[in-house]
Amino acid sequence: MTDQTSLFEYLLRLGDNTLVLGHRVSEWCGHAPVLEEDIALANTALDLIGQTQMWLGLAGEVEGAGRSADDLAMLRDVWDFRNLLLVEQPNGDFGQTLMRQCLFDAWHLELLPDLTRASDDRIAAIAAKALKEVTYHLDRSSETVIGLGDGTEESHRRMQAALDLLWPYVGEMFTPDTVDDAMHAAGIAPDLTALRARFDTRIDAILAEATLTKPDSSFAQSGGKTGFRHSEHLGHMLTQMQWLQRAYPGATW
Amino acid sequence: MSKEWPLWEVFIRGQHGLNHRHVGSLHAPDAEMAIKNARDVYTRRNEGVSIWVVEAAHITASSPSDKGPLYEPSESKVYRHPTFFDIPDEAGHM
Repeated sequence: MTDQTSLFEYLLRLGDNTLVLGHRVSEWCGHAPVLEEDIALANTALDLIGQTQMWLGLAGEVEGAGRSADDLAMLRDVWDFRNLLLVEQPNGDFGQTLMRQCLFDAWHLELLPDLTRASDDRIAAIAAKALKEVTYHLDRSSETVIGLGDGTEESHRRMQAALDLLWPYVGEMFTPDTVDDAMHAAGIAPDLTALRARFDTRIDAILAEATLTKPDSSFAQSGGKTGFRHSEHLGHMLTQMQWLQRAYPGATW
Repeated sequence: MSKEWPLWEVFIRGQHGLNHRHVGSLHAPDAEMAIKNARDVYTRRNEGVSIWVVEAAHITASSPSDKGPLYEPSESKVYRHPTFFDIPDEAGHM
């Protein structure tokens, strides 16, 4: 794999993570349990979609085939997506959504500072902009996970169930493959083992305060970031997200 | 205990040097979340550089029905307004 191909793949991963999670979070718009959370979730979704425009915009530039961020977002099918399996998981209840967000944010917030030091200036600039948003995302999602985990009997039970359900999707974030290795060698992406250690420290502290028990299993689902095997949920999500471009090709705002 | 989160009043300072202004209210379980919610609800369009929140229950307000005794007596005391002085032009806006 040439470096440009790896770089394109890596940028798709970054952009598809924020795109898919951004869309998932936006599904709450108008449905969140209280008005304040509804607006907060919409803000998070918009942050993530904004980051998507930058990552996929750069991906299109690197690919050099004339595809825009919109083309990449709206005109690819499931097998071309390179997001983590975690972010395509359905929202479930509010607790499950916030647990997914917290796990993602904790990873995201460890990754981005490394990317601000990337050898590629364009990547460093996007990471620096996203970092501020993501700092707030984790602030909010971790506080909610702690509040609900260490809350009522029912909220604790739901948060533990969410953690048990989503934990098998955590490993994929830290399992390196040829793309990760190439990007690490190129001075762009961090070493995933070191990233994992920092993530564990952070997430352990959050879970301890939330009185939640980390599942005693290192089993990790895989196939999202390589595109080898997405879960069935992604296809369903794309039919919603992409229907307008599919039904009215080329329609613009 | 009520299952509703308490109500918080939100005050935002738009720029350095300006006062905090009351912008509205919201619900939140505690003060920290009230700040976060205020950030999300009231500063989406770059409105603020500082947020104060105070639980609405802690605000003591004057009663609208007392408005006669509270405010009307001052209406007839024009000598409290410094309008009888000629302000030199050089003094500028006061």
